[in-house]
Amino acid sequence: MTKQSTSLSEEKAPADQSAVLRPDSLGRFGKFGGKYVPETLMHALSELETAFQALATDLDFQEELDCILKDYVGRESPLYFAERLTEHYKRANGEGPEIYLKREDLNHTGAHKINNAVGQALLAKRLGKERIIAETGAGQHGVATATVCARFGLKCIIYMGAQDMERQALNVFRMKLLGAEVRAVHSGTATLKDATSEAIRDWVTNVETTHYILGSVAGPHPYPMMVREFHAVIGKETRKQALEKWGGKPDVLVACVGGGSNAMGLFHEFVDDKDVRLIGVEAAGFGLDSGKHAATLTKGEVGVLHGAMSYLLQDDDGQIIEPHSISAGLDYPGVGPEHSFLKDIGRAEYYSITDEEALEAFKRLSRLEGIIPALETSHALAYLEKLCPTLPDGTKVVLNCSGRGDKDVHTAIKHLQV
Amino acid sequence: MVALIPYITAGDPDLSTTAEALKVLDTCGSDIIELGVPYSDPLADGPVIQAAATRALARGTNLDAILKMLNEVIPQLSCPIALFTYYNPILKRGVEKFIVTVKEVGVHGLVVPDVPLEETELLRREASKHNIELVLLTTPTTPRERMKAIVEATEGFLYLVSSVGVTGARTSVSGKVQSLLQEIKAESSKPVAVGFGISKPEHVAGWGADGVIVGSAVVKILGEAGSPEEGLKELEGFIKSLKSALI
Repeated sequence: MTKQSTSLSEEKAPADQSAVLRPDSLGRFGKFGGKYVPETLMHALSELETAFQALATDLDFQEELDCILKDYVGRESPLYFAERLTEHYKRANGEGPEIYLKREDLNHTGAHKINNAVGQALLAKRLGKERIIAETGAGQHGVATATVCARFGLKCIIYMGAQDMERQALNVFRMKLLGAEVRAVHSGTATLKDATSEAIRDWVTNVETTHYILGSVAGPHPYPMMVREFHAVIGKETRKQALEKWGGKPDVLVACVGGGSNAMGLFHEFVDDKDVRLIGVEAAGFGLDSGKHAATLTKGEVGVLHGAMSYLLQDDDGQIIEPHSISAGLDYPGVGPEHSFLKDIGRAEYYSITDEEALEAFKRLSRLEGIIPALETSHALAYLEKLCPTLPDGTKVVLNCSGRGDKDVHTAIKHLQV
Repeated sequence: MVALIPYITAGDPDLSTTAEALKVLDTCGSDIIELGVPYSDPLADGPVIQAAATRALARGTNLDAILKMLNEVIPQLSCPIALFTYYNPILKRGVEKFIVTVKEVGVHGLVVPDVPLEETELLRREASKHNIELVLLTTPTTPRERMKAIVEATEGFLYLVSSVGVTGARTSVSGKVQSLLQEIKAESSKPVAVGFGISKPEHVAGWGADGVIVGSAVVKILGEAGSPEEGLKELEGFIKSLKSALI
């Protein structure tokens, strides 16, 4: 255990130096991240980290993964020039930014989540673990996990807050259709945070036979790193596609942030390109001052939740506060530790969007581009209203269209007059 | 003799009952009492202690009120108190301030179930500065070399988690515990207390453990009683029976 003596000295390292290792050997991004879990899980986390590191350089594994991403997931996903959306943001003099959408909504199962689920399912098979558990909020990660479990013949149990099961009944049916068992979580506030706690409890109990496919860049090390790596394909394709389309890089990247996986997937490739602006958009729910929001990076304080140190929504006693967002996928009181790090060193910017603004953007993209976006994605889209007027003519904006909105129609019906 | 270490959740059903329960536990021969600070997201706990924490928080139990109660009750107790708390409430208050405050009210030890060895540096530094014993946990999944490091670092006693899982009474306890105890005893003379899943003293009799931690079974008595008085009475009977079985 000689490694532990380095943990605090890392905190004092200058930001640009610690940025070289994201994360360091203890799974830290600056002071964020780490492994705050019951001792029972420590061995499984080490085993997972070792397996992941080994597979990262295993050509057979990479080939198998690439093949599934291409033929099963449907990658690469297009980088689409949103002509009418671009037109919408043109100023009176005809100037304005160019908006491109990275079409993760076109992936199999309708969101970016499948990239990670496929990668982790392959990893679980290599670890010899035949039982898979996962948490889900909106149901997208649950559906992705149930899908890959069906594909690879793995037993699948999904934990979902009872309240979310009601909001996302369609996805619950999809998971069951795919052969997964969906377990309702009634404890706490019956949403994503409680489903995550329950999944961790299951893992603590069945760790010897079970792999936990965590669905975001959150949780204990190595999850934030591993989930990011499985989604990094989003950014890598974007770089290549940008080069093909305009012979350069994007100027601004925009993505919504709940736990932050689609944003990290897009950002990671460009973190060291200092000329690329990184913008994450959180859920402001009923408004930042309403007390009913999920704007963790904007309004949260540093703490430990679900295994990692990061910004969180908490009260004066360090109890976790229940967040609110119209979008179940952003309705989480924590955020991936790397986002907290990128915020603190000033590398990425984070803003927030209310339920109402997101609904407007949901409608706008449907009407202007014939693309119904997920309500999560609609938060990123809504931020364009504030961002675009400030950008010079011709600025290349790439927005991660992280998911499709079919699953949200049921929610939107209650709010939108169309 | 095997030491008896009962666990209760502070504020369930209310803090004045917790104060009385501490006195009952002490009088009935507890050797250490583990007092749980209720937390909104108790990852390591099974349904019984989760529910107790939820009830306690719903009644407005908070750390200040718990400390105020302990400040009055601890001087009346003969056995030491160890606080069982998740890390976030400690961080929120500030690690040093937390340690200083709990020391002031007379707490002896600290168990933090979501801080494994690698993350304990700051806690250990502050705890040892202020003479609070930081109890570490080892489990059946902990590899041998790692277990040695944990045994080395723990203070007060070593908390041996008996089962792979969360807290909660079980009808039988893993047979692996006995061999783990032998391994630990070969490495160190530090006392070892076995917990998680223990509801009957015969679970640990003859294993060579120095102590036994009984949590959910005790919490259930206080949580399910018709009234605080009934709960306290039943608690007294239960603890006495455990104690006599351990002598």
